[in-house]
Amino acid sequence: MRSGSRPAPDGAARARLRARVSRWLFLLPALAHLSLFFGYPVVKNVVMSFQEYSVTTFYTGAAPFVGLRNYTTALSADAFWRALLTTVLFTAGSLAGQFVLGLALALFFHRRFPLGGLLRSLLLLPWLLPLVVSGTTWRWMLDTDSGVVNQALRDLHLLSSGIPWLTGTSEALVSVILVNVWVGIPFNTAILYGGLQDIPAHLYEAAKLDGAGRLASFRHVTWPLLRPVAGVVLVLGVVYTVKVLDIILVVTGGGPADATQTLATRSYQLSFQQFEFGRGAATGNVLVLVSLAFALVHLRADRRARNS
Amino acid sequence: MKHGPARGSLSTLVGVLLLGVMLFPVYWMVNASLQPAGTMLTAGWFPRHPDFGGYATALRDQGRNLVTSLVVALGTVVLTLGLAVPAAYALARLRLRGATAVLFGILVTQTVPGIVVANALYGAYTDLGLLNSYGGLILADSTTGVPFAVLVLRAFMRSIPGEIIDAARVDGAGRLRVLWSVVLPLSRNALITAGLFSFLFAWSDFLFALTLNTTDSVRPVTVGVYEYLGAHTNQWNAVMATAVLASVPAAALLVAAQRHLAAGITGGALR
Repeated sequence: MRSGSRPAPDGAARARLRARVSRWLFLLPALAHLSLFFGYPVVKNVVMSFQEYSVTTFYTGAAPFVGLRNYTTALSADAFWRALLTTVLFTAGSLAGQFVLGLALALFFHRRFPLGGLLRSLLLLPWLLPLVVSGTTWRWMLDTDSGVVNQALRDLHLLSSGIPWLTGTSEALVSVILVNVWVGIPFNTAILYGGLQDIPAHLYEAAKLDGAGRLASFRHVTWPLLRPVAGVVLVLGVVYTVKVLDIILVVTGGGPADATQTLATRSYQLSFQQFEFGRGAATGNVLVLVSLAFALVHLRADRRARNS
Repeated sequence: MKHGPARGSLSTLVGVLLLGVMLFPVYWMVNASLQPAGTMLTAGWFPRHPDFGGYATALRDQGRNLVTSLVVALGTVVLTLGLAVPAAYALARLRLRGATAVLFGILVTQTVPGIVVANALYGAYTDLGLLNSYGGLILADSTTGVPFAVLVLRAFMRSIPGEIIDAARVDGAGRLRVLWSVVLPLSRNALITAGLFSFLFAWSDFLFALTLNTTDSVRPVTVGVYEYLGAHTNQWNAVMATAVLASVPAAALLVAAQRHLAAGITGGALR
């Protein structure tokens, strides 16, 4: 069809189409970036998880397909199940600590007092520091012989020798959880504080008139109204915590004897230290599934809460 | 609620104590960085005779890595805002069909672990020759910033009154022109917030810097500290001095741009 014979309505439709395309052009660069750096890696990981990579793969390009073998070897290894358990313990411990202490601090700062705002914003510092920096500092603080934590415990006569914070197999997991709790408290406090600010003050006054004490007004006013925000914090907490890698690599390196090896650090080790990218990808995919499952459960609960 | 002044200052005192406990590791990092090289095994509670030898060693060994971090972080800010601003504008103001799906997709990206991205990028970067390059690292580092910046900027741009934009449209301005000379100047605060966080995300990045570099040609300070840890554990003062230097941007931004940081945390998380 020649454009000269095009009737008028068709021209209008074309102009509309052009307007629509030009609007999408604003979105295109960001969408292309997200597809290349999130979409492609997810798809590529699925493909890689069915291939066998070795040290020479990146020179020869040969990575034969091996079906489900990466998954069967990954799932039959004790190390995988230990890493899964460690991931669960690390995530649960971190979340419990961050949330409870973060909420306590948010409630504390919610009572207005001189300099409260300044102190609250200075509290953000641990969250803003590079994780490698925090990890390095804690690693030195937790050193068995020369670390300040054991030194303080000795000075207080709570302890004669030292606790092997980083070198004991059961202590090390507690230590990385402790460090991650420290890093996460400011984020939890900031968001929960925001949630507390949104609760109308007259509800507290009404509760007070009804004779409710502090505990009762927390149970019947604060907590029910804070629950949506608490849900967001906890889900984001899970999503961010299951993929934590920096802290563990710096503080314990996954050791001692794999005691702090999570799915994320195991995937890193398999891929980038043993060059078994296929098994690394399979392990990483399990991590994606865990994370995605939590996010979807949250979104569904969120929608149901909004509809009801 | 009214409290007496005595109760208010008691709260302030408790607040200072709590903050002191929370920030003790930061203090300890600074304290350790000021110790002389030899006596690190038993550092005193205060650096009574501050020794700047650790900083001299740190700057000698890590000065180049600090500059690399700065270049990568600034490059990431430019790229992130360049991608996120038009996208946020389109999602906020252009009534796109499918905008909800795009937003949902952006949220889902948050569930993808960095190690999965690194795993796949390593192979792709090898083929494309992007390993050990500034461009490659900047592209990878923006993955943290872009979704965040889109969400923060979109939330802000939605709050701009429609009449202002309509008035500019009636005057004959195209969409690009409206974005550039009307929406962007009004979004200054959100732009600063998005820019600051993209900077901090890239400055703090460790995983991409570690996995997408096989030589030391592009080595940010985070990897520098990590390798320092392996090699120099007996030179804690230099390690800690490097850690202090790597903390400077976060601390400086906290002092200079408090408001924007607070806005970013709540804005990014709650949409």
